Amino acid sequence: MKGSMCKAVDRMKTITFSQATLEAMQEEMARDERVFVMGEDIARQGGIFGQFKGLPAQFGTGRIMDTPISETAIVGACIGAALAGMRPVADMHFADFAGVCFDEIYNQMAKIYYMFGGQKPVSMVLRAPDGLVNQAAAQHSQSLEAFFCHIPGLKVVIPSNPADAKGLLKAAIRDDNPVIYFEHKALFSMKGEVPEEEYVTPIGKAKVVREGKDVTLVSYSMTMNLAVKAADMLEKEGISVELIDLRTISPIDKETILNSVAKTSRLAIAHEAVKQGGVGAEISAIVAEEAIDCLDAPIVRVGAPFTPVPFARPLEQAYRITPDKIAAAVRGMM
Amino acid sequence: MCAMPVRKEATLPLARYDKETLKFFYETMVKIRNFELTVEKFFFDGEIPGFVHLYIGEEATATGVMANLRKTDYIQSTHRGHGHTIAKGADLKHMMAELFGKSTGSCKGKGGSMHIADFSVGMLGANGIVGGGFTMATGAALAQKMQKTDGVAVAFFGDGASNRGTFHEAANMAAAWKLPVIFLCENNQWASTTPYRTTTSVDDIADRAQGYGMPGVIVDGNDVFAVYEAAKELIERARSGEGPAILECKTYRIKGHFVGDPEMYRTKEEVQKVLEETDPIPRFEAKVLKAKAMTKKELETIRTRVEKELAEALEFARTSPEPEVSALYEGLYV
Repeated sequence: MKGSMCKAVDRMKTITFSQATLEAMQEEMARDERVFVMGEDIARQGGIFGQFKGLPAQFGTGRIMDTPISETAIVGACIGAALAGMRPVADMHFADFAGVCFDEIYNQMAKIYYMFGGQKPVSMVLRAPDGLVNQAAAQHSQSLEAFFCHIPGLKVVIPSNPADAKGLLKAAIRDDNPVIYFEHKALFSMKGEVPEEEYVTPIGKAKVVREGKDVTLVSYSMTMNLAVKAADMLEKEGISVELIDLRTISPIDKETILNSVAKTSRLAIAHEAVKQGGVGAEISAIVAEEAIDCLDAPIVRVGAPFTPVPFARPLEQAYRITPDKIAAAVRGMM
Repeated sequence: MCAMPVRKEATLPLARYDKETLKFFYETMVKIRNFELTVEKFFFDGEIPGFVHLYIGEEATATGVMANLRKTDYIQSTHRGHGHTIAKGADLKHMMAELFGKSTGSCKGKGGSMHIADFSVGMLGANGIVGGGFTMATGAALAQKMQKTDGVAVAFFGDGASNRGTFHEAANMAAAWKLPVIFLCENNQWASTTPYRTTTSVDDIADRAQGYGMPGVIVDGNDVFAVYEAAKELIERARSGEGPAILECKTYRIKGHFVGDPEMYRTKEEVQKVLEETDPIPRFEAKVLKAKAMTKKELETIRTRVEKELAEALEFARTSPEPEVSALYEGLYV
């Protein structure tokens, strides 16, 4: 865990991913009174994953605001408030709902700083709980991060564990640029070690989670945890896996990936999102363009099939990426 | 307050207007008219590129509203935004340079006519997306409220934009939270090339105010006095914390939807008739001269001053350099 911190820290505590994001909000709202958050069901209910619990008591409902079910107005109002000097956090409830306000995200939020010649940045964060959980099916389970990586002007972060969840949310709130913060719904209850001391996880820096020599396995978010299990399985079979957690997917930390591939000569990428047009495709292209001579085997991508997320258990199970699927894909490269 | 919309006329005797306000009215309207005629000429000459939408005929609306605003109040403009920008007090030189795509433009040549902004005077941007400004103005008003100022935000929009979902989400949010925002409808009769009444459920856009529990007022948008007086009442109401309102200014788009529009959907005679009967500038002149509130000499002095300012702006724009190609990559992120 220490590798993810700005400075070396000693004392650690164990909290959930949800608590980690809550601490980030508490610390940043206490630090900067311009920070506020609006979204559906966040003040009275505390967020559907408990990620806002207690904030209204601490900061008041003037800074933790329950909104109408109006995603367009939520994001648009946050942009306008940012232009007028605030530092808003917009909660999307489910990442899937970002489709409702996509104009505000890609025509306004992402472009205002550039197209107006740098007069004012849109300093805001859009929190987007994504991913598969509880058989929520087609419109409440998606991993849509690749859309956002295609939009110049946005930064996109996507933590895989409580420590990074806290550090990246703090960094996102402090960043002057608009940041999309994906938080996988299945991670909210995950426990992990988080430093007691204050820290910020830098945006744009991937992390080598485990060093290895035979193959580079790149992942992020929930799937990163599955990649670790796959690497454990492969390790027992004598395959040494170098694991990279991207943490930020726009801008992508090319250097860390290319350095690793130069060492291992093999690249696999795993994510929960649909494989076609996914972040894995971008990473594959980067390595193909800049380091194809390093490769001893074709690049392998592990991603979801090109279908909506299905409901029924066997279908969702077939759709889902697992450690076995990742391990099998990597084995095929050796 | 939330019954059917009220139709209002100018009732304040001219003697109650101070000379500075009258001068502002005339100078601003003439400035907008001459700016737009100049832009049209240089568009046809091939010096101004892109899509350009002219505000000719609608000058009284921006002028009457803006006479009530402070520099620290915010406006969100539309794709037909030159008039709003000028009336809010933007510098003509940098505006004109922006339209010419020059590095000295208010947006460094990154925006152009449809994406012009001048944050130094509270003009938060034109918008290439019809209806893009409602939610952002609402957010700017939210920020004003959170910052405990008595500032307001004005969202300019057309009859066509009133059919966007953004209008309805923003109107509800603004009314539910009593935000200091004025939804300022410029009903110029045309949604691009479609007569608005053929695609809109009501004759008067202000009818929709009662559905959101806010006042709706209708005025002759080509009478600068009527616009000024109605806007004053609603803006003061918003400043004092009583919430949003819709002000519908009935006007007419004298030019095509865009410069170069063949205007197959209406006759030249129709346009000419409207111009002769309702042009806000001769109407103003006749009224102030008849009442002896201003002299011919005073009007002429203003026209001469505007011509000089415009000539300087044009010279500045034409002689300014285009951006260096390196600017392409500058200003994407802070």
